[in-house]
Amino acid sequence: MSERVTRRRCLQLLLAGGAGAWARLYAAPVSGPRFLLVFLRGGYDASNMLIPYSSMFYYEARPTIAIARPDPAASSGALTLDSNWALAPALRDSIGVLYQQRQIAFVPFAGTPDLSRSHFETQDSIELGEPLTGAHDYRSGFLGRLHTVLTGANAGGVTAIAFTDALPLSFRGPEPIPNVSLRSVGKPPFDDRQVRILSAMYSGHPLEPAVTGGLELRRQVAQAMQQLSDEMRTSSRDALSIKGFELEAERMARLMRDSYRIGFVDVGGWDTHVNEGAAQGALASNLAGLGRGLTLFAQSLGAEWKNTVVVVLSEFGRTFRENGNRGTDHGHGSVYWVLGGSVSGGRIAGEQQPLERANLFQDRDYPVLNDYRAILGGLFRSMWGLTSGQCAQVFPQTTPTRLDLV
Amino acid sequence: MRLRHSKVASLRLPGAALAISVTLAVMSCAMPASRNASSMAADTLAPLRREDADWLERVSFGLDSAMVADYRRLGRERYLEQQLRESAGELPPAVAAQIQELNAYQAAPERRLQQLQERRKSINAMADGPGKEQARKQLNDEAGQFAYRAIRLELLQAVYSPAQLREQMVWFWLNHFSVFQYKADLRWLVLDYEEQAIRPYALGRFRDLVLATLEHPAMLQYLDNTQNAAGHINENYARELMELHTLGVSGGYSQPDVQQLARVLTGVGVHAGPAPHLKPELRELYVRRGAFEFNPARHDFGPKVLLGHPVSGRGFAEVEHAITLIVQQKACARFVSRELATYFLGDAPSARLVDAMAETFQQSDGDIAATLRTLLMSREFAAARVPKFKDPMHYVLSSVRLAYDGRSISNCHPLLDWLNALGEAPFGRQTPDGYPLGASSWESPGQMSRRFEIARAIGAGNVHLFDHEDGTAATMTGFPQLSNRLYYEAIEPFLSANTRTALSQANSPQEWNTFLLASPEMNYE
Repeated sequence: MSERVTRRRCLQLLLAGGAGAWARLYAAPVSGPRFLLVFLRGGYDASNMLIPYSSMFYYEARPTIAIARPDPAASSGALTLDSNWALAPALRDSIGVLYQQRQIAFVPFAGTPDLSRSHFETQDSIELGEPLTGAHDYRSGFLGRLHTVLTGANAGGVTAIAFTDALPLSFRGPEPIPNVSLRSVGKPPFDDRQVRILSAMYSGHPLEPAVTGGLELRRQVAQAMQQLSDEMRTSSRDALSIKGFELEAERMARLMRDSYRIGFVDVGGWDTHVNEGAAQGALASNLAGLGRGLTLFAQSLGAEWKNTVVVVLSEFGRTFRENGNRGTDHGHGSVYWVLGGSVSGGRIAGEQQPLERANLFQDRDYPVLNDYRAILGGLFRSMWGLTSGQCAQVFPQTTPTRLDLV
Repeated sequence: MRLRHSKVASLRLPGAALAISVTLAVMSCAMPASRNASSMAADTLAPLRREDADWLERVSFGLDSAMVADYRRLGRERYLEQQLRESAGELPPAVAAQIQELNAYQAAPERRLQQLQERRKSINAMADGPGKEQARKQLNDEAGQFAYRAIRLELLQAVYSPAQLREQMVWFWLNHFSVFQYKADLRWLVLDYEEQAIRPYALGRFRDLVLATLEHPAMLQYLDNTQNAAGHINENYARELMELHTLGVSGGYSQPDVQQLARVLTGVGVHAGPAPHLKPELRELYVRRGAFEFNPARHDFGPKVLLGHPVSGRGFAEVEHAITLIVQQKACARFVSRELATYFLGDAPSARLVDAMAETFQQSDGDIAATLRTLLMSREFAAARVPKFKDPMHYVLSSVRLAYDGRSISNCHPLLDWLNALGEAPFGRQTPDGYPLGASSWESPGQMSRRFEIARAIGAGNVHLFDHEDGTAATMTGFPQLSNRLYYEAIEPFLSANTRTALSQANSPQEWNTFLLASPEMNYE
């Protein structure tokens, strides 16, 4: 039973370390693989991020929102990645630089077999990470299972955290995983005296580790954020100029650098049914913020960036053709991003097809040629040296793909 | 409320408690006195017996003065009979008025869905541009307001209804037959689902409850049975109906049973608008109740065998027969009994108790009240020695019931915010399994620190609870008086030494409130 496992572990930690034992759980060993999942909720329009500029059909299908072919001579506009693909102008200065440094790869035609085209259903089925057919186990998500596998395999434990208001489905599992939103970080709610009194009320109680751990987590996050803003002040960087996802990304990097190995964050605003824009516009500015945030995340991790892998994904892609509202509707296949200091990037990975009308799925969407469970399973296997049994625990009934990304 | 360390519990620090209560009486005069707050320790009745306080805690969303008085007057058996019969008194007038107003928003789901279709059609017909975007946003905002009304109805009744046991069961069944508001049109449907499919049957017959949920558009949309038709089988609802609603995952059914039940359920769906045109031989088999529809043109009429029995009848009669077959299974009696016992007693109820309940369930043809009587009058329930950790709903609601003791709040947003923060908002569970019943799912570090923050918000007086729902600010300020008669009658006598020490260290009445609401005693029932 999960409760027993947790309590026993708490007890062991208590015996080993006294009252601050939960806090110990949050202090990861200094070095080792780190993984961050960035979930773009709403289904981002991958075709206007990774532009299939060699496809005539792309320009036919998107009369008002297509992004112009890259001009090799220009220092702005779409950035040529290879003979078929270009990067959105909005990402040129951030992700474009990482691509040239070979620290990011894109996996087009990626996604899930789920065909509901419903945001919630597809997000949920991805986060659960189970085969679509047959009975479902709603008690665990794939990151929760990864956490369990790694905790079993590592004596010190592998710490995980969700940078969200509510614990995401992907982190559901037998071991409790903390979550804390970094959008706005206030002072810790209780002062030291109150923390002492509250903790003492649970002294000797089975909940004592959870209580001291919870209070400690709040204190730790507040302290890390305080340090961060002090550092920024002394380095004369204007803290106010960073906002939105960039601010969150920098804060995440601080916590992942110092304490956590597995992280999760979601970013909204991708459901572009109307007035999506092209080189500029709603999608472009959202992508630009994401790109700057990820660049800052990479920089802020410092030496740990070489141990870190970030995957950016979304529940589905959007229709290849634009709709009547200069936007796009819910589609199927998407493009995943894989980035990190040691990622063998600078390339477009996985199975691909030319983007012609005949190759569209149901004559409307990117097909899915690279299953998300196989992609992620392959990454986890390489990052942590998982056995095939452990891979099957994380993603049942899946053969991990070898994309040689890490 | 129950302690883990009974030996130290007898230690008392009356000096400290009294000193603080005097301070409280002086400092809390900014808040109008509740009906009991003025009576202090000196004029309390003899404290409730520990076992009675524990029993009452567990059959309710926490103690308030009115229920303690009823219990003292009636005794346990008569109190329970009154609770099981739903003749348990009236709501405070200010809450009754809010509920009446909310119920006025109940329109038959059929009309609601029709209006929705028309509005969507007219929005789609609009020229592209900001006007269209605005109309879309407006419709979306209204959907959110509708779902919030359903949540208000649930929370207000759970906090204030004297029929506390029924409200316990409404929350239990809402979670047992869980639906998620953000799927399909559910935000427009959950109010009706709660008031028409769940609440009327909460203490009735289990089969009626299953059929009421089966015929509700919210469930049919949520579990995709609207898409289940002959030749286009969707097994989702059929599977969850057996796994989550009736038999349990190891309830003795197989994958072929899921497929058979899915075929039985073909044609069961949702329809708003004029009846479809049907061949003459099918017309008499068409069923329509509100937005619920059984459409024989979508039904698979082939023979079926479910759980080893041929399914008899034609058309919708097949569905009724299949549900009867399922709820009469011993596995169903056991599954429902175990879920109920876990809900009221915490993890791992004894097999003997579950057997006794299952026997009542089967002999009474699935009478929920009778099954509950077996549970609540059992020796195991009365003598429960292991305290049950409250889920977020019980934690938040019991804190508010104690803090405001019968005084009506006018705004549910703070309650919903707290439930969201603790991860248990009504209609907020994405997956159909409902929120976990066992304590282990809620005992995380993040949960505890958030509970303490909520304890502080309530203890320091969250005035937004008294804002009007239209956003106008509260006319009331101040903080609640927690060291009231109810406290001395049913809580103070059973506090642990640790909790007493913490309370004695409080620097202000608000902080004293915070520590009490954060204590182990308030986190367990």
